[in-house]
Amino acid sequence: MDTEHRQSKKTQGLYDPAFDHDACGIGFVADIKGRKTHQIVAQGLQVLANLTHRGAVGADPLAGDGAGMLLQIPDTFFRPEMAQHGVELPALGDYGVGMIFLPQDPIDRIVAENLLIELVIREGQEMLGWRDVPVDPSCLGESVKPIEPVIRQLFIGRGTGIVDADHFERKLYVIRKQAHIQLGQRAPYLIERGNFYVTSMSARTITYKGMMLAENLATYYPDLTDERVESALALIHQRFSTNTNPSWRLAQPFRFLCHNGEINTVQGNVNWMLARRHNMSSEVIGDDLEKLWPLIGDGASDSATFDNALELLLAGGYSLGHAMMLMIPEAWADNPLMDAGRKAFYEYHAAVMEPWDGPAAVAFTDGRQIGATLDRNGLRPSRYFVTDDDLVVLASEMGVLDIPEEKIVKKWRLQPGKMLLIDLEQGRIIDDAELKNDLSGAKPYQQWLDETQIHIAELPQEVAAMGPDSETLRCAQKAFGYTREDVEFFLKPMATQGQDPIGSMGRDTPPAVLSDRPKMLYDYFKQRFAQVTNPPIDPIREQTVMSLVSLIGPRPNLLDLHTGGTHKRLEVSHPILRNVDLERVQRIENHVDDAFRTKKLSICYPASEGASGMRGALQQLCETATEMVREGRNILILSDRRQDVERIAIPALLATAAVHHHLIKEGLRTEVGLVVETGEARQVHDFCLLGGYGAEAINPYLAFDVIHSFVDQLDGAPTPEEAEGRYVKAINKGMLKVMSKMGISTFQSYCGAQIFDAIGLNTVFIDRYFTGTPSVIEGIGLDEIATETVRRHEMAFGVKAYATTELDVGGDYAYRISGEDHVWTPETVSTLQHAVRSADYGLFKQYTAAVNDQTRKLKNLRGLFELDLLPESISIDEVEPASEIVKRFATGAMSFGSISWEAHTNLAIAMNRMGAKSNTGEGGEEPSRFEIMENGDSMRSAVKQVASGRFGVTTEYLVSADDIQIKMAQGAKPGEGGQLPGHKVNDWIAKVRHSTPGVGLISPPPHHDIYSIEDLKQLILDLKNVNPQARISVKLVSEVGVGTIAAGVAKAHADHVLVSGNDGGTGASPLTSVMQAGSHWEIGLAETHQTLVANELRGRIAVQTDGGIRTGRDVIVAALLGADEVGFGTGALISQGCIMMRKCHLNTCPVGVATQDPELRKLFPGQPEHVVNFFMFVAEEAREIMAQLGFRTYAEMIGQSDRIKMRTAVDHWKARGLDFSRVLFKPEPGPGVAISNTEKQDHNLQVALDNQLIDKAIAALEDQKPVSLELSIANTNLSVGAMLSGEVARRYGHAGLTDDTIHIKLNGTAGQSFGAWLAHGVTLHLEGDANDYVGKGLSGGRIIIEAAPQGITVPRENIILGNTVLYGAISGDCYFNGGAGERFAVRNSGAIAVVERVGDHGCEYMTGGCVVVIGKAGRNFGAGMSGGIAYVIDDAGDFEQRVNREMVEIEPIANDHSAPVDVGRDPTPEELLADPLRYDVWRLRTLIERQARLTNSSRAEEILANFDDYLPRFYKVVPVEFRKALEQRRAAVVGGG
Amino acid sequence: MGSPTGFQRIDRKDRGYLPVAERKQNYREFSIPLSDHAVSKQGARCIDCGVPYCHSGCPVDNAIPDWNDLVYRKNWREAIDVLHSTNNFPEFTGRVCPAPCEEACTLNLTDVPVTIKTIEYSIIEKAWQNRWIEPKIPGRRTDKRVAVVGSGPSGLAAAQQLARAGHQVKVFEKNAKIGGLLRYGIPDFKLSKRVIDRRLAQLQAEGVEFRVNSHIGVNVPVRRLIDDYDAVVLAAGCETPRDLAVPGRDLDGVHFAMPFLAQQNRRVGRESIGTMPPITAEGKHVVVIGGGDTGADCVGTSNRQGAASVTQLELLPRPPEMADKMLTWPNWPSKVRTSTSHEEGCERMWAVSTSRFVGEKGTVTALHGVEVAWEQVAGRWEMSEIAGSEFELRADLVLLAMGFVSPVHEGFVEQLSVELDQRGNISANTDDYATSVPGVFAAGDMRRGQSLVVWAIKEGRQCARAVDEFLMGSSDLPR
Repeated sequence: MDTEHRQSKKTQGLYDPAFDHDACGIGFVADIKGRKTHQIVAQGLQVLANLTHRGAVGADPLAGDGAGMLLQIPDTFFRPEMAQHGVELPALGDYGVGMIFLPQDPIDRIVAENLLIELVIREGQEMLGWRDVPVDPSCLGESVKPIEPVIRQLFIGRGTGIVDADHFERKLYVIRKQAHIQLGQRAPYLIERGNFYVTSMSARTITYKGMMLAENLATYYPDLTDERVESALALIHQRFSTNTNPSWRLAQPFRFLCHNGEINTVQGNVNWMLARRHNMSSEVIGDDLEKLWPLIGDGASDSATFDNALELLLAGGYSLGHAMMLMIPEAWADNPLMDAGRKAFYEYHAAVMEPWDGPAAVAFTDGRQIGATLDRNGLRPSRYFVTDDDLVVLASEMGVLDIPEEKIVKKWRLQPGKMLLIDLEQGRIIDDAELKNDLSGAKPYQQWLDETQIHIAELPQEVAAMGPDSETLRCAQKAFGYTREDVEFFLKPMATQGQDPIGSMGRDTPPAVLSDRPKMLYDYFKQRFAQVTNPPIDPIREQTVMSLVSLIGPRPNLLDLHTGGTHKRLEVSHPILRNVDLERVQRIENHVDDAFRTKKLSICYPASEGASGMRGALQQLCETATEMVREGRNILILSDRRQDVERIAIPALLATAAVHHHLIKEGLRTEVGLVVETGEARQVHDFCLLGGYGAEAINPYLAFDVIHSFVDQLDGAPTPEEAEGRYVKAINKGMLKVMSKMGISTFQSYCGAQIFDAIGLNTVFIDRYFTGTPSVIEGIGLDEIATETVRRHEMAFGVKAYATTELDVGGDYAYRISGEDHVWTPETVSTLQHAVRSADYGLFKQYTAAVNDQTRKLKNLRGLFELDLLPESISIDEVEPASEIVKRFATGAMSFGSISWEAHTNLAIAMNRMGAKSNTGEGGEEPSRFEIMENGDSMRSAVKQVASGRFGVTTEYLVSADDIQIKMAQGAKPGEGGQLPGHKVNDWIAKVRHSTPGVGLISPPPHHDIYSIEDLKQLILDLKNVNPQARISVKLVSEVGVGTIAAGVAKAHADHVLVSGNDGGTGASPLTSVMQAGSHWEIGLAETHQTLVANELRGRIAVQTDGGIRTGRDVIVAALLGADEVGFGTGALISQGCIMMRKCHLNTCPVGVATQDPELRKLFPGQPEHVVNFFMFVAEEAREIMAQLGFRTYAEMIGQSDRIKMRTAVDHWKARGLDFSRVLFKPEPGPGVAISNTEKQDHNLQVALDNQLIDKAIAALEDQKPVSLELSIANTNLSVGAMLSGEVARRYGHAGLTDDTIHIKLNGTAGQSFGAWLAHGVTLHLEGDANDYVGKGLSGGRIIIEAAPQGITVPRENIILGNTVLYGAISGDCYFNGGAGERFAVRNSGAIAVVERVGDHGCEYMTGGCVVVIGKAGRNFGAGMSGGIAYVIDDAGDFEQRVNREMVEIEPIANDHSAPVDVGRDPTPEELLADPLRYDVWRLRTLIERQARLTNSSRAEEILANFDDYLPRFYKVVPVEFRKALEQRRAAVVGGG
Repeated sequence: MGSPTGFQRIDRKDRGYLPVAERKQNYREFSIPLSDHAVSKQGARCIDCGVPYCHSGCPVDNAIPDWNDLVYRKNWREAIDVLHSTNNFPEFTGRVCPAPCEEACTLNLTDVPVTIKTIEYSIIEKAWQNRWIEPKIPGRRTDKRVAVVGSGPSGLAAAQQLARAGHQVKVFEKNAKIGGLLRYGIPDFKLSKRVIDRRLAQLQAEGVEFRVNSHIGVNVPVRRLIDDYDAVVLAAGCETPRDLAVPGRDLDGVHFAMPFLAQQNRRVGRESIGTMPPITAEGKHVVVIGGGDTGADCVGTSNRQGAASVTQLELLPRPPEMADKMLTWPNWPSKVRTSTSHEEGCERMWAVSTSRFVGEKGTVTALHGVEVAWEQVAGRWEMSEIAGSEFELRADLVLLAMGFVSPVHEGFVEQLSVELDQRGNISANTDDYATSVPGVFAAGDMRRGQSLVVWAIKEGRQCARAVDEFLMGSSDLPR
């Protein structure tokens, strides 16, 4: 993937190609023995073509997102070719080839070429000649042709004085780098527009790439089909970009690698690289290093940047494997299975460079070695096989190259954090263990660590000052902006429970920039989060990959590989310092031989200078910091301890970011550690920002003082130290959550990574102090920030002498009359309710007047919008009726479970009455609701949500949908999962969710089948197959860059995209998320609309927005900004009785809306009429405004953003600087380009194999007659079984057909999602391999997979199916004779499976069913598993260490041979699962017998033959809560009975 | 905050009263406070609403959920700080406020609101008991002088806030004692006057000076205020009563309610009732005209004085017993309200209009009335007499308690030529509280017309902030 860095150029509107993301298919073919043949090249091309379905095309069918291939220099081809040009090439290795994209303009081209020649000569090399690369542009898309470069190859001879091949490579690197830098100075436009780009320049490798479809690479470059082009390796890449902004240089492979993934921390990584300038030197690169600055950044994407960094490391002497381990280290910190030497290696290197964090499958080569590695969490698929004639083929999936099964000796996958390396010179595979052991042993890393590593806890105890008296404390609190809510809602719960507090419903307060109150600088930043293009992480269940370790102080020279033992490092296990820890840092030089010298810098300045003094104080601070670093101070503590009557503290965040960026610009940052001692930081968000802008550790002394002041009031009477400890723990857990939302695993990479959007801060301010942070609506700057700070200071220490001892009430979370403004007030809620109950439109208008009127108080961005009304409105009779407009309305996703049955069905009935849509939310829907009610009403929700928990997502559920909505994120808590505690899972809810009553349910943060855009495309296809009539919708949350993601979603063939605003509600989520994550819908919607129009994708996708839509005016604003449809959550709830208690998470809703308590549910006051009245009123108000605007239909209003003006007469002191011109920008579409949803997506369903299956199984479908089929299958056959199953469910519901009615035998390699949502009565029996997502959503069907009989001999030592098998499976059974990848049976609700081996995270989040593993299981088995059981054989005796025991117990199998049914009869899955606490031997044996019978598993036969010997080697895995619930149930039955 | 399930587990329990027979014997307060423990449990019933509807009910912006929680946690000391942060005199509102907060309470949806008023009362009484109430003396004083006219709740609140902001404040009261309507209008059995006195001591310590028997425009020239002070706050109440222009109005025994009530308060306070002839209900058949709070006070006082019978007349029809909560909550609903005074013995008549009084020897003996019907005509309620429904009531004492129309205009209001609004109140808005006369501000009933004590306090506080801003350019006093 790539995230292009933000360009300094101002883009029009919000569409910014800089936020381009992509995900991809990657792969390579290599001959282990290094034999160069053309066949390798041909096979590479074939792999590329077979990955086509992983890519995407935009509006222009021939304009692919890019493809390419990296080869060894094909000497056998170039030699005769160049000879024709009269150039005789020196020996292979003594000449380098530059593959160069040149400008089409001949003069520009000459400038570039001359520069290259000049540099070749200046660097002492020999200019051999040029070759024009033949190309065939006829295969290019129309949008790509105008920017097609002139492509030439430059041949450079090795100069005298070049000592070896590596030296020559370094010289070529220096030439290339300088060409780029110097041309950037001479003709910057050539670089900016990508008109000049060197794809490769090496004596070893060459890259052919461009903006064509993958299958057309060889058509475009006829070179590649020339038989003389020979290589021992071919590295290939196929790109799926979220938008279609064509860019030749961003096609992959780059010079050394191709990357499927996303570097989430790239901004930080780039900053840290720049920061190294002063302390980097290399003995091999020598003085040439100076010529290379800036080291990285010519690539303009994260992948390209990564490539730049890798290149530097290689040039600096790192080996390929070493460099990759440095950049993408595996999770080492808490891994009990990792040997000490390797841990030492990683720990040592942690200080050398911060990891490049994010999901990544990287394939890389330097021409001599080729390999691939996976990120620590294994978030990208990578499978490979080895043949008996030494061919290795690696790709994102299996089946990409047709190789006879009998030739294959090994099928495997890349595992999380593991590396595959092939040394072509040595002619062998170096496996992960050997490679890493060799590298770990190459230097005495442990000794170096022992000599240099100082852990803060090991420093001598220090004494920290006690807290101040209560009056001083109160003044300090006021000066730092503390409110009562900070104390009551945050500090107290944190100090009591040790976690970030939970709240419910959404935010309805103004953004900081519109608030009248002096807001903290933190409030102007919103957390970014992962959606679609990279997955968030579960920091609790997958804690193994997370780390908060921070290293304080100077970093070693990145390119010094030899003298590791001299550089001291100070480590803290998390970045929150207690007061004594800070003392230790401050006094450290006394204890570590002067290795550290700490300097405390006060960030306070004289109060007499007022607000205007802050600018100078900041300047002075930065200068002092620089001076101190130059003097040799290597830890700086920025402190606001000295704030008092006379001194004002610069906001700590501002001071930190300013010093951090100043030191980066000076190239000094890595020579010093930055620690912040501040009274400001108190909430999780504050610490995240301080860390995100460069603080390596933070001491929140005032928070500690405040905790001490109330510790005696806390429940459980903790000591002050305990309370402090819990607070620190809460902050740490919260920070992990915020990091994981973006998919970042380590604090070290999060530090300085700036994962935030600024809302309401102006460019001048951002560029200066928060360089690189996106900010789209401008806003305030330093003057206003300083004014707010001074106001707080005055309130604390002001001379106006009157006594008020109380803190400000706050009022951000709960409405307070003297606190922050809210939209939902007693007045607005009650007026709305009175209006809808009495059907009084007049009262409704009073309500909307209160909500819409923002003349006195600004509450949201649209409050500053002015509609451009006609001087004379048209007659309202000409406007389409309200009954038409409401059809564009939907309710937000709220699950039955989060809200009561009464509330849920009432909404559905009301929406159905109007022809509008209600949404199931996550949690299934009772099938009885699909029937029409006696009075003609319907309780069926038209929109069926598919969220990460997949609860109740059966085939039947999907076929009963009008829209199927994939929830990627939720406005109130983007990037987070959810949890329904066991006490809320009553019998009813458990039934609908297909889970066990009393057992808690976890929704994981990511969809485990969506780690990238191409995965989303696959899920869309799966769902479309199950229900071809339904629209497939993708729900996103507004953040800067959401538009490009939406474009990707459109290209992934979604029919509908929802952009939610951050004001959306929730049933429960951390307050940090409710308040601080995501952005406003106005911004996200506008960006989405503009981007879709610009990319000519708007017509084929419907756009909806929601998240705080409350009135007809809101609807109008949404439509004008580009929404086809509009969703309502809170407004609809309030109209049926919700009174915003914000108690949804406590089950105590006093009006029966958000509770399952039977007594409270009786109080539910809502009627369908109330909801109908609300929506009709909203539509009516919208009509009135439409008449004033002159629009007769909603449709003609969509996207007419020029009818919104910025309100001019704004006297709000902060709002004055806002600039909405980018939000309101109206893109000019080309002729015929739609600006609203006018057409349907082409899902290409006609190619599905299921069409044949349905035809052939018609007898079974119509008459339930058994049918048996046999077909072959290939990896391009996707979602096999899904469409057929949809047909079954449509006719026979969830019960389906009788077992095995449709039996389908297949052979070959199945494409992704094999057997997805397979219905009961359908059996898929595959001989061969399958890819990812087998049995996703399995709804009663049976899947059998066995290795091809002529193939590999030991299935359990090989991989025959991919990752994330049985995700969200409901029921059914599976038998797999072979190994599976990561996350086998993740979130399985009730399916049974037997498998021969599984990767990491097996049975994660499982809630029911049974899994039998008769081979090795990977790490973190059973994480988050709350139900179901597993049997795992423990051959190696280390299973105990591989189980995550947070929720499960493991035990040997009791020697009880009883059975619930007659032995001999084949039991049904239901019988097998009837009492999971008993009958283990019978169950296990029955399943292994089936495995043997159905899959010919020799392993199963072996176990059965020696069953008594094997039985003691099995462990049973049972979730604690599950056991408890079942035992209680049994006791209840017995007791009641 | 609070106990999440408190409202489900704990029943509402409020203060009780002494038995009617007992309490009618004297003028002492008769409510029976709850124990600390019981109050604390009641505090646990508060849901700590995300949108606290009590806020819409409470004019003085009491942070009700916050102090409910503190009481639940037995943190009474902090509770009084929070309570005082919005309300200068919770001991007054804790006794006499009709508690619109409780009407608005979310738990009132099921008719069991949190006993907010009792909790408020308990907090402040506990604070007095424990001597937690101390003067808040400003660290430094300004040289600004402010005159406050009127010493009712509004004037006192303004005075206290301004004194705490460091200004030199002088309060002018026309009567012999400080307190205004609190002292002379509200019967002692509802508000014991020692409650006022202990608070005045605090104000004095904070620097407020009191001038009694100082009737501006009568014995103190209004000019002097304008000349000698940097700002003047007019908070002299809304004292012109609504009259009943029917035949027989001038008969002896037909009185406005306020002189009747004030006399009794003076008697209880051992203060001279002056030259005015005494008005008492002893042995008399009393008719109170007007169904509001003042009327109820007349009922209670008449019973205590030993009236032979008490009848209360109301022009409007009898409201429903229960409000339709779905259409009224959280607003103040129309419903039958029975006060403690009604419980002490009183006949109530609804939808009746007084036609005339008849008397003997110049003294009233009976009231002639007629039943009326109310009908909505073109959106407005119109009243008509029901033919044949005429009736006669025996009446030895008639008390007119039909509300107040405006401040008294004679005297300083006229002398100042200050602008009035259409209802005859002094014209000023709630942003700057400024009247048409520069430097002169108005607050409380004088500005908003007759209202509740709690509104008076709120206006006094807000007005103080406006005055502080006027004097100093900006103010950190709470709004």
